[in-house]
Amino acid sequence: MSATTQTPKAAPSGSTAPRAARLLGDRRLPVLVTAALFIAMYAGGLSRYQNYGFAEPQVFLNLFIDNGYLLVAAIGATFVILSGGIDLSVGSVIGFTTMFTAWLVERQGLPLLLVVPLALAVGAFGGFLMGYVIHNFEIQPFIVTLAGLFLFRGLCLVISKESISINDASVGTLAQTRVSLGMGDLSIGAVVALVVLAVAAYVLHYTRFGRRVYAIGGNEQSALLMGLPLGGTKIAVYTVSGFCSALAGLLFMLYIQSGDPLHAVGMELDAIAAVVIGGTLLTGGSGYVLGTLFGVLVLGLIKSVITFEGTLSSWWTKIATGVLLCAFILIQRTMTARRKT
Amino acid sequence: MTTTSRWRALTHHHLFWPVAVLIALLLVNVPFTPDFFSINMTDGHLYGSLVSIVLFGSPLILVAVGMTLVIATGGIDLSVGAVVAITGALTCSYISDQTDQNTLSAVFLAMGVGLVAAVVCGLWNGFLVARMGIQPIIATLIIMVAGRGVAQLITDGQIITVNSEPYKLIGGGYWLTLPFSIFVVAAVVAVTVALTRRTALGLLVESVGGNAEASRLVGIRSTRIKIMVYMFCALCAGIAGLMISSNTSAADGNNAGLWIELDAILAVVIGGTSLLGGRFSIGGTVVGALVIQTLTTTIYTIGVPTQTNLVFKAAVVIVVCLLQSPKFRAKVFGAKGPKGPRRDAAPVEPAPAPDAAPKMEVSR
Amino acid sequence: MAEPQPVLEMTGIVKEFPGVRALSGVDFRLFPGEIHALMGENGAGKSTLIKVLTGVYSLDGGTITLDGESVRFGSPLQAQQAGISTVYQEVNLCPNLSVAENIFIGREPTRAGRIQWKRMRKEAAELVDRLGLDIDVAAPLSSYPLAVQQLVAIVRSVGTGDRDGAGSGTKVLVLDEPTSSLDRDEVLELFRLMRQLRDEGVAILFVSHFLDQIYEVCDRMTVLRNGTLVGEHLVRDLDQVGLIELMIGKALDQLEELHEHQMRSDVGETLVRAEGLGRTGGITPFDLQINKGEVLGLAGLLGSGRTELARLLFGADQPDSGKVTIGGKQVSMSAPNDAIAAGVAFCSENRKSEGLVPDLTVRENIILALQAARGWTRPIPASQRDELVAKYIKALDIRPADPEARVGRLSGGNQQKVLLARWLITQPKLLILDEPTRGIDIGAKTEIQKLVVSLSEDGMSVLYIAAELEEVLRLSHTIGVLRDRRLVARLTNGPEITTSKILETIASGEHQ
Repeated sequence: MSATTQTPKAAPSGSTAPRAARLLGDRRLPVLVTAALFIAMYAGGLSRYQNYGFAEPQVFLNLFIDNGYLLVAAIGATFVILSGGIDLSVGSVIGFTTMFTAWLVERQGLPLLLVVPLALAVGAFGGFLMGYVIHNFEIQPFIVTLAGLFLFRGLCLVISKESISINDASVGTLAQTRVSLGMGDLSIGAVVALVVLAVAAYVLHYTRFGRRVYAIGGNEQSALLMGLPLGGTKIAVYTVSGFCSALAGLLFMLYIQSGDPLHAVGMELDAIAAVVIGGTLLTGGSGYVLGTLFGVLVLGLIKSVITFEGTLSSWWTKIATGVLLCAFILIQRTMTARRKT
Repeated sequence: MTTTSRWRALTHHHLFWPVAVLIALLLVNVPFTPDFFSINMTDGHLYGSLVSIVLFGSPLILVAVGMTLVIATGGIDLSVGAVVAITGALTCSYISDQTDQNTLSAVFLAMGVGLVAAVVCGLWNGFLVARMGIQPIIATLIIMVAGRGVAQLITDGQIITVNSEPYKLIGGGYWLTLPFSIFVVAAVVAVTVALTRRTALGLLVESVGGNAEASRLVGIRSTRIKIMVYMFCALCAGIAGLMISSNTSAADGNNAGLWIELDAILAVVIGGTSLLGGRFSIGGTVVGALVIQTLTTTIYTIGVPTQTNLVFKAAVVIVVCLLQSPKFRAKVFGAKGPKGPRRDAAPVEPAPAPDAAPKMEVSR
Repeated sequence: MAEPQPVLEMTGIVKEFPGVRALSGVDFRLFPGEIHALMGENGAGKSTLIKVLTGVYSLDGGTITLDGESVRFGSPLQAQQAGISTVYQEVNLCPNLSVAENIFIGREPTRAGRIQWKRMRKEAAELVDRLGLDIDVAAPLSSYPLAVQQLVAIVRSVGTGDRDGAGSGTKVLVLDEPTSSLDRDEVLELFRLMRQLRDEGVAILFVSHFLDQIYEVCDRMTVLRNGTLVGEHLVRDLDQVGLIELMIGKALDQLEELHEHQMRSDVGETLVRAEGLGRTGGITPFDLQINKGEVLGLAGLLGSGRTELARLLFGADQPDSGKVTIGGKQVSMSAPNDAIAAGVAFCSENRKSEGLVPDLTVRENIILALQAARGWTRPIPASQRDELVAKYIKALDIRPADPEARVGRLSGGNQQKVLLARWLITQPKLLILDEPTRGIDIGAKTEIQKLVVSLSEDGMSVLYIAAELEEVLRLSHTIGVLRDRRLVARLTNGPEITTSKILETIASGEHQ
């Protein structure tokens, strides 16, 4: 910062600092890296599996169909992580929602139209409760959402130890419905996921609530001193996450057409990994939902590539996810270290 | 007079509440299974509910003991479950490759390979936390995610079964009428206590976790200590991994040690070690792990459907954490309780404190 | 010039903490269009007064009148809405957001709930421009140095008043040590902004430890001592010696009597030699020499660089320049370990945050330094440990004399003794004591001072920092005088050295 020692008036507005350094400090860089990674992987897939139909537009669209629920869950996780918290209950809430809806629809015979808002309300309320405890009793989010993880997974098992398959006609129709895009189709789940993405991007960028999430993640103490409603925002963030998890659970239920107490075990890790790979700082305050989209797409693409490869086994997904996670955490670390100096 | 003071001293002992909860849980069983506390000798082996609680709780005790030290430094290790899986997978796949699975040297070598892998995982975690300065939750998340994949890679996605008598001993065998794993746990706990209380390690760990800046200024090399503690934690997880795979004579990369990190953290918290670091109690952790195992057993014996286990566990987490939260205690019991530090905004120190000294951290 | 109505009047302000009366009946007034300095040493009550004013602390007694109306603030937000804004030393903004957002967050211009980014940036740019600053409001705050962030914080607090319903704008701007880590040019820019705001009619309350800055920019000052008002003066009417007298609290001639000469001609050979040792934002490079058995006292006002100097000699902060030799050998000073190995010990002024491990026992806290030096594999044998601990508990009269007591529950004086014991058992060559007698009772105070004398007689060198000049004067063979982060003089103690002499040196900033 030698340029500014002379007088702060001459603070650089862009031209004085070297471009490379500015680019390194830019918050959008991680998103660009992830997007580039996705494009490179996709291009690699195109050249390698040219003759196996990888170039079909539907292969690309399937990324959304197969990972729509993960995208929704990861968007919820993005809110929490942006605010500097963490939510470990995501997978359990998803699992619970599949069980809950399957049970209501199949065993209780309730119409889907009633079940859907009920499931969403339960998820949101769960998130609200966790947020309430985190804020009001100053207990670490990690441990509170851990209790949530146990609770919702336990409630799954309380409903039934067995898997419940869904034969309800309306569910079947919904699951089969495809929206044609000309070059291919999208499922209802994928469309919902994209709508959620758009709404989340709008909320985070264009509403005061969204900016408060960033402010709290950037510096909680300052946010409080600047007069921002800390408690309300924090509780709202966990409520959003609970809602998104429940919605993800509904999409997962549509995708897989059953409820199972072991559905989505460990999916919170996938969601967190997607968020981090998408360039959101795990310490909060920096990141974009668009990055989360690319994070989910990269994870989805790894799965597709492994399928196309044929000889590779599914566990390579986990290893690749771990390696990417590590790489992005180290990138984040060097970036934040740079910013401090 | 003296009885009340003695009672006070007892209730204020750090093990009082964990032990009280454990005893209460054990007593709950009696109306349902009157012979709950009886122990029988069959075929030269001791059987009974108490024995099986310790037997089934062994891996958890091991992992929780290692986790205690990590938490005492102010950290956390989420990767222990994955380490359990990796160790079991490596060891079993090595043994299953042998023509004679009962060769003692091969079994020892296999266990050695597994444990070295575990320690390497711990070294990696410690490196990220202590040297790179990454938050422990984040740093250990990497192996938590990738580790299971690695374990499955080792087992090739299969459940590897072994048929080795010597290996079976660790997790499923008997020695001197008792399950062998009890001896392993006893040995590990004894070693841990010796390592922390006979040397100065425990003191330095508590110091680093209790006040990191003061520890730096007193010349404690916290980097080394943290790396060591993460390695030790992984080693404990590795031994637990051996035990689990030995007990089932199989290595399951996907499910071995699933959620054990969460149970272990819970055991540590129940045992009275604060998640913020500082003072730790190995004894408390052992009791905490036994509480969790007893809870599982109790739910089974009193006829509540076993699936509610997790709901109970959630309730325990919430209750324990709420009780440890100063804010909750202040709200519910009023701020006057003698227990627990009051955290007022107002300075407690006499005269000069309101005018804090200039803080130099800003310019650093 | 006829005096206008004060914009802010605080009368008979009382604030109590458990066991302490931090403010007892303080009066304070602030006029529009002035820069007003609030002066006082540690414990004078400056921070408490500011926190009462800005709604951080509630009021135990007295009244606050703002613009003729009696007010009472329950939170900083209420104070802000009433037109009292505060900028702290630590910039309380969000570094991850853009400058414009930091200025507007919480009251962004919206239409139908949608934030109007363009309008926000435009308004922010206009505001910044009006205040004569050249800052790109779209850039993230973290891309600017601390000094600019400080300015942005001021812009935010000025802007707060501009837009809020009341329409009255910011009436009072409180700047709590904003200059602590700024360099000279940055300070000048800050002053320019302060003067501009003053000329626009804002009343500015300014706290700084730099005397030069007070005399450069302030119109009026209020001096506090021990929670009471000592006086309100126009800056041009009070010279520096007079100000320091008011702050320290004793007339100079009174001080003379307290002075007992600590004279020793037989100080040993050089133990510590620092050459050009310095750290940007900490202390200007200095040369220093400490002999064996010598007590070197550091005199200077709060924030003059006393602690910063001590921390560099211990390796607690890394120096930017210079070198240190101890006992003839150069020490790298990259971490406290290096200094400790060379025989340096350091008792920090912040006992709680930088000294004690509150959850551990007295015994454990006492042996911590020795144990750290031995490494974890070589524990001190229990019998030897208990003997050492018992010896020091007895020698320093630590109460309760229970090695198992948790150190967090001890009184301040006993905690200080535990810290002393911790370092004494390592048998250091140089003992650095930063405000060892602060906040402890008079008995413990005397004991610690006696201890310093006897340690020095036994050949230990001591670097002694205290706010009270007579304390420094009584104990030291040599006195280093600091002012505005510079070591300005080194005085050999003797009959001709008096507190007034030291005060003059501090006030003038040079050795006469």
